[in-house]
Amino acid sequence: MVSTTVPKIAAASAATMPASVKKSESRDLNFYYGGFQALKAISMPIYEKNVTALIGPSGCGKSTYLRCFNRMHDLYPGNRYEGQIMLYPDNTNILNPVVDPIEVRMRISMVFQKPNPFPKSIYENVAYGLRVRGESRRAQIDEKVEEALRSAALWDEVKQRLSDLAYNLSGGQQQRLCIARALATDPEILLFDEPTSALDPIATASIEQLLADLKEKVTILIVTHNMQQAARVSDYTAYMYLGELIEFGRTDEIFIKPKRKETEDYITGRFG
Amino acid sequence: MSDATAAKVQEIRALIARHKRWDVIFGIIGLISLMIGVLTFVALFLDMLVDGAPRLTWDFFTSFPSRKPDQAGILSAWVGSTMVMIVTICTAVPLGVGAGVYLEEYAPKNWMTDLIEINVTNLAGVPSIVYGLLALGLFIYQFGLGQSVLTAGLTLALLILPVIIVATREAIRSIPAAIREGSYALGATKWQTTAHHIIPYSLPGILTGVIIGLARAIGETAPVITIGALTFIAFLPPAPVKAEPPFISFEWLMSGFTVMPIQMFNWTSRPEAAFQLNAAAAGVILLIMTLSMNAFAIYIRYRLRKNIKW
Repeated sequence: MVSTTVPKIAAASAATMPASVKKSESRDLNFYYGGFQALKAISMPIYEKNVTALIGPSGCGKSTYLRCFNRMHDLYPGNRYEGQIMLYPDNTNILNPVVDPIEVRMRISMVFQKPNPFPKSIYENVAYGLRVRGESRRAQIDEKVEEALRSAALWDEVKQRLSDLAYNLSGGQQQRLCIARALATDPEILLFDEPTSALDPIATASIEQLLADLKEKVTILIVTHNMQQAARVSDYTAYMYLGELIEFGRTDEIFIKPKRKETEDYITGRFG
Repeated sequence: MSDATAAKVQEIRALIARHKRWDVIFGIIGLISLMIGVLTFVALFLDMLVDGAPRLTWDFFTSFPSRKPDQAGILSAWVGSTMVMIVTICTAVPLGVGAGVYLEEYAPKNWMTDLIEINVTNLAGVPSIVYGLLALGLFIYQFGLGQSVLTAGLTLALLILPVIIVATREAIRSIPAAIREGSYALGATKWQTTAHHIIPYSLPGILTGVIIGLARAIGETAPVITIGALTFIAFLPPAPVKAEPPFISFEWLMSGFTVMPIQMFNWTSRPEAAFQLNAAAAGVILLIMTLSMNAFAIYIRYRLRKNIKW
């Protein structure tokens, strides 16, 4: 499928590309902030154990789309969804009003733009998702916390000071802590909302490396304003503009030979 | 450097000098305003302290009021004030924090909530004598609670309730949305988010509001007079702890009482000059009680906020 002339950005992802199984899918998704329609009929698949990147200029609706996947919009009045987001293999429409948003959030975790650890200890931050689920066995929590911190490549840096306050960590460490917190409950999908926009280049590189490791275990949907980042970390890319999905495809294809003129203009920097 | 550049630099310097004059002028005005406030307070306090100092002995704290000025003390007043404050804390804090949390976290955002919010803020400005009249009608005549510690505590609780509600809401609002969303994103319910995050992180602000409210309540005179606090009592309310089972007694709640400001008011209205000294001494004690509550609030806020940075 990928031609031999594809340069290095796609080569890595092409080599490791697993068989594509749909983990989730949005169908004709419209979203309204009060009277303003922020998303227009978005239909696209999210493939299991792949990284799907959402790119587009500011205000294009990429974060809004991401936040539909854990029903974050339910926290604020006046927001309205239309259409479906199916979660497989159980065929649940997570936007269905009878589905409790808490159930959705227990299956789909999220990492935010700016690191947002709780003003608690490192340990308690990672354990919080488990505590919310009613887990109180110390040994179980210890095990999960260590596992999550290892997955987030933070364990070696913090194992000596788990009871320290999370704020004593650097920005990059705090963001990895938030990733560990999101991982501790074994989510099916992990949402990232511009996770490196508040970080320096070195911390960004470590988060990107982490994404590559994490997709072995979990499906990832990431919003990024940084096209190079999308090209580096993702297997699939969706380009959005003014609330519409302009193009969705394999990242190598989107970046090497986009089908739509608008996508090409954005990617080559003529626009945006 | 050309002449034109030199002239321009000169011009800029002149401009800056002119603008900076206003810095100096405002600095002086500000300092004078501040000093008027601070010096007045210091003068009042010192005056009271000089008058009252000779009366500030151990006996003053352990004696009941008396017709003889040099034997009179504030025992019944400070015990009464303490008991009334206990009732006030026990009612105003849970009600105020509960209402504040509800308004911020649970209430639907609509015009009804807005209306309630505006009115709660307005309640903070209602004159305290009005609360006294309300309490007279409601607690004494309607509920038959009598001219008791309980009535006074409940009245002062009503008085400071808006202060606590407003402080609670301000404290909750200062919590960043990202923290709240972080909790919800992990699957927490509203109650889990409130109990594990919202209340603990807003505690410093809430405590500050509580103590500012109490500092106001302890000095209130008008509503307590309205509900009929006694001006001269030579007994203490029954002790809350007893030697025989069930060890705890609530009789003190229904007891007659007096409080510090009323004791002071009573002494200042006496013709004998010696009683004025007693009033000054009691004033010093009341002020120290208030200031130490404020100091405690500052300390608590500092301690609790150390771990919270946003």
